Amino acid sequence: MSSRPGFVLEVDRSTPPTMFWHGEGFRMEQLPPGRSRVIYAPEPVDALSDPVSAIRQALLNPLGDSQPLPSLLHSGMTLTIAFDDVSLPLPPMRRPDARQLVIEQVLDMAAEAGVDDVVLIAALALHRRMTEAELRHALGDRIYDAFAPQGMLQQHDAEDPENLLHMGTTDHGEDVEINKRAATSDLLVYVNINLVAMDGGHKSVATGLSSYRSLRHHHNARTMQQSKSFMDQHHSELHTSNWRMGRHLAANGVKVFQIETTLNSDTFPSQFGFLQKREWEWTAMDRAAYMATSKSLDKVPDSMARKIFHSIKSPHRMSSVQAGEVEAVHAQTTERVYEQQLVTVQGQTDILTMGLPYICPYNVNSVMNPILVACLGLGYFFNLYRGKPLVREGGVVIMSHPTPWAFHPGHHPSYIDFFEQVLAESTDPTEIGKFEEAYATDPWYIHLYRTGHAYHGVHPFYMWYWCAHALEHLSSVIIIGGDPAAVRRLGFKPASTLADALEMAEDAVGPQPTITHFHTPPVMIADVQ
Amino acid sequence: MHGNVESDASVSAPERLIGRIVRLRPQGFPWVAPTWPGSMTRPAPERHLGSNYGAGWSRRYPVRLARAVVLDNLTRPLTHLVASPTVRGDELLELVTAPAIFVANHTSHLDTPLLLSVLPPRLRHRLVVAAAADTFFDRRWKAHLFAFALPAIPIERRRINRQSGDDAAELIEDGWSLIIYPEGGRSTDGWQQEFGGSAAYLAVRTGRPVVPVHIDGTWRVLPKGGERIHRSRTAVTFGTPISPDPGESTRHFNVRIERAVSTLADESHTDWWSARRRSADGSTPSPRGPEGSSWRRAWELGPAPDPNDKNDDRRWALRRR
Repeated sequence: MSSRPGFVLEVDRSTPPTMFWHGEGFRMEQLPPGRSRVIYAPEPVDALSDPVSAIRQALLNPLGDSQPLPSLLHSGMTLTIAFDDVSLPLPPMRRPDARQLVIEQVLDMAAEAGVDDVVLIAALALHRRMTEAELRHALGDRIYDAFAPQGMLQQHDAEDPENLLHMGTTDHGEDVEINKRAATSDLLVYVNINLVAMDGGHKSVATGLSSYRSLRHHHNARTMQQSKSFMDQHHSELHTSNWRMGRHLAANGVKVFQIETTLNSDTFPSQFGFLQKREWEWTAMDRAAYMATSKSLDKVPDSMARKIFHSIKSPHRMSSVQAGEVEAVHAQTTERVYEQQLVTVQGQTDILTMGLPYICPYNVNSVMNPILVACLGLGYFFNLYRGKPLVREGGVVIMSHPTPWAFHPGHHPSYIDFFEQVLAESTDPTEIGKFEEAYATDPWYIHLYRTGHAYHGVHPFYMWYWCAHALEHLSSVIIIGGDPAAVRRLGFKPASTLADALEMAEDAVGPQPTITHFHTPPVMIADVQ
Repeated sequence: MHGNVESDASVSAPERLIGRIVRLRPQGFPWVAPTWPGSMTRPAPERHLGSNYGAGWSRRYPVRLARAVVLDNLTRPLTHLVASPTVRGDELLELVTAPAIFVANHTSHLDTPLLLSVLPPRLRHRLVVAAAADTFFDRRWKAHLFAFALPAIPIERRRINRQSGDDAAELIEDGWSLIIYPEGGRSTDGWQQEFGGSAAYLAVRTGRPVVPVHIDGTWRVLPKGGERIHRSRTAVTFGTPISPDPGESTRHFNVRIERAVSTLADESHTDWWSARRRSADGSTPSPRGPEGSSWRRAWELGPAPDPNDKNDDRRWALRRR
């Protein structure tokens, strides 16, 4: 069964209202006919009918100059298996997770080869540590119970000097420092989930297993402004830097066997099927489900609505698996991602609208605070393009999200101070850098990162840097239905309705502006011609 | 305060129930089925629906008789109650020999019942209404209802369909007058939209006269997407029938029709003479409203007239004429 490709709908007077995500809820918005268009994601591609066999085949027939995995395994060696953390995929997928399926195959082969010294490492970088439940979900009980009790299931600690190894600098003077166990193992197997085109490749190890000392070279405002966009690694300074680091690691003896998987875009379970359908194709059942969902969510407290949404497990299924040498693997993986997600779009418009959902990579099982709202909209959705942005330079982005002035104190402690202190002083990504060092080295934040489930102290800066390209490109950002105080703190403009927002935007882009609505999730990439 | 309490207490239980039902009334998509974007190819409708619907039964004599009873005794009084129409130029209808093609602007679902209720009996009882096949004929019950009550005939408005045009032309040649809204759909903000060429095409093809009509104020009574009816005053202005000149193209005749309706729009806000003079010197205000933001366009439409205000200048002016 073939899936329908994504497409662009020109809005006319017969177009029904368009559903906008609005955090843990939805809005129905009527876009102006004759000058608006809506971009819809491609339908899910076919999943692998037998993912276990496909994984095994990939491990036995690697890409690039890599040898088959069994021939790289032998008794007496040290094997480290690193894997993507809780930030992928979104929403979390139904069990069995792709990481479990892959790692079980790798471990089977390691067992056959008699490898005893095996350590699994969650590649957190500066993300929060995963909970036991999250690890069990990602890896399965069988792996967790076999490795965690013996301390052989670890979470990367970017603040543990005993467990980091500085491996010199690249020819651009970038420090390369990664997890010592990974760097010194005879073989490092990295298991990745490539949800979007920016994931994977050398970024897996060079970012996921690195430290602040290394990350600061590419997680900064200048690099982000020069990444146009993150979804196109050939035009992304972020990726260029990671590639330099990855090649430096390889040149210094770190042997990586990369395994990358892609998922189809089957994002929501059948009871929420309307979320990935085009509005005019909604059946009576879809409409009933929408109304029941939205009316119920209106009646329950925000915290309960959040719990309901975060309990969603996505029916994503594996659509491809590649293994072998990093760059060869990633080139093919990227093609598979593009096959699922690319939508050809002609030209830019004056305004880009987007409804932001309840989840982004950094608030799994948590609240989406205002900084993450900005990051999801301007850092991620804005950058989901190839070629050029959907909105012209000097254009306006209108986002829909409640943007509550709310933070998870356990997950995002430094975000609170960043919001109160740094953004109160400046919202310019190039200016806030002067505060970065203090947050990155704050002993309390480091303690919470290492022992609790807190994001690293410097993480909110990175979130703001993600927005740097969009902030430089746009003349104004408007949030519909957000907490006005929180929105203003972000440096954006609050609006009550889309009509108000469009009128406000006209001040910047002129009368009768053209509008693009990016109807995501499901995730897609606009290939702007 | 006391008066309010008394007033609330005076509301009877049935009235409260009706009020509750009215509040619970569906409010458009997703309460009702979505409309279909014009650029999207719609899957084939249920057999015998859409433009394939056969509405011939609604023109049989017993059905016409039943419709006339409903129209004269129910639709007409109710429409007059909520829309308080002022009719101008209806004397010109005496000049019209049926069948004719009535061409009007379109801002509300109330336009058709209002127009039917002000047309003289000799015209309104042998008349069909061109209705969008994708909206009025997409469900069996809707198709039956509108074919009976209006009587509607299905017209494809989003794509060229020879069958729809042929059917309408045959009906006109068979002696049935036609109401058609060449804008192709209701205005979303009360201002007129560009005219399509359907009315001009039918007039050129059949050689029958076009009666330009301007309907003002129905947008306030029941706007597109409106949730409930708001009582307000309306005006229906009939213009002089116009016919295509020999050899005149559809495109050119369409321009003339649109200009005639625009002049009537001007007349409904000023007076006949001012409108004629402005038409003659080419300064008729655009019925499409001012360029600019939505609030400016809404502002330009002016406040709603009070249906009970007997001192309203415009009401006086209309009476005087």
